[in-house]
Amino acid sequence: MTAVVETPVINPVEPFLRMDRMPHIWCPGCGIGTTVNCFARALIESKADPEKLAVVSGIGCTGRVAGYLHVDSFHTTHGRAIPFATGLKLANPSLQVVVYSGDGDLFAIGGNHLIHAARRNIDLKVICVNNFIYAMTGGQTAPTTPEPATTTTAPYGSYEPAFNLPYLTESAGATYVARWTTYHVRQLTRSIVEMLQKKGFCLIEVLSPCPTLYQRRNRLGDALETMKYYKERSKTRHGAPTSEVGLTMQGDIVVGKFVDRDRPDYLESMRRRLAEQLGDKFAGVGVLA
Amino acid sequence: MAKGFVCIQVERCKGCGFCVEFCPTRVLALSSAFNSKGYHPPHVVNGEKCSGCDLCGIYCPDFAIFGWKARASEGAAHAG
Repeated sequence: MTAVVETPVINPVEPFLRMDRMPHIWCPGCGIGTTVNCFARALIESKADPEKLAVVSGIGCTGRVAGYLHVDSFHTTHGRAIPFATGLKLANPSLQVVVYSGDGDLFAIGGNHLIHAARRNIDLKVICVNNFIYAMTGGQTAPTTPEPATTTTAPYGSYEPAFNLPYLTESAGATYVARWTTYHVRQLTRSIVEMLQKKGFCLIEVLSPCPTLYQRRNRLGDALETMKYYKERSKTRHGAPTSEVGLTMQGDIVVGKFVDRDRPDYLESMRRRLAEQLGDKFAGVGVLA
Repeated sequence: MAKGFVCIQVERCKGCGFCVEFCPTRVLALSSAFNSKGYHPPHVVNGEKCSGCDLCGIYCPDFAIFGWKARASEGAAHAG
């Protein structure tokens, strides 16, 4: 008996990507492609309606994601992904708004926007790909560069303390904070699915190799070696206090879901306040007719 | 009899080796051949061991590979 083999003709993630733009510009071994892959698989898994989804990116290597995803996407100015996304969410609250950007864009140039969005608890889903460096501009020291990594602007090694992104975001008021690496693909996909169902400001930090600038300049081998390092030195600790999850150069990495709590989001607080004050005169804010 | 198969789109590959390293049943190896951009894409060396878990597909940063599970009837005809 000869069985007929039904070969799936396309990669399952292709419907979510603009394949006419492939191959993408990311370097061989760059982890951003893997995170996009996980994001697309999370969209398949969560059965999210692509018509109700908008992806906003800033500038940088990760900022290119918006251009490669085949959903409504928006490539904004440097550091301003969160303000654009906030406007999008307030104008059309039924949209699921995902901010997909890098550490330099979200936490350095757009740092203030991020902490205020977290404080107000605007319903944004933020995926921050952290490669420890400003990669697109040539590998300068970023606020996430660990001591004593060498970068183009720190030839003798960086001597600034690095940001602890989950700690910062939790302190500012985020409702969901998790960290994974590009090695933890299944966990990352599950985390994105969970985040898409959550209400309020959510952040997932994804550690990613930058083989061209960070790993090469620090003689840490190629992307594959970095992935093996993630595999060996990552410890999953769900609910770990975020003050203890700071990163050191080539040290242990605490991964997991650190924060999962509920707080009224911005639109909810606004509606409640205005309804209280205006009573019958309140016609509803942020509700599309 | 293979439980699953992989499909490799050679021209999209940038030869990072993630699929080869993280395949749980060691189905793949980097080939010595080049694609048109000069990278060494993976090829199937242990096709019969493939479980179709699609871990290669989820790791691939270039969307160049994916796996799928065989249905009960099609395993024997398409090993490797």
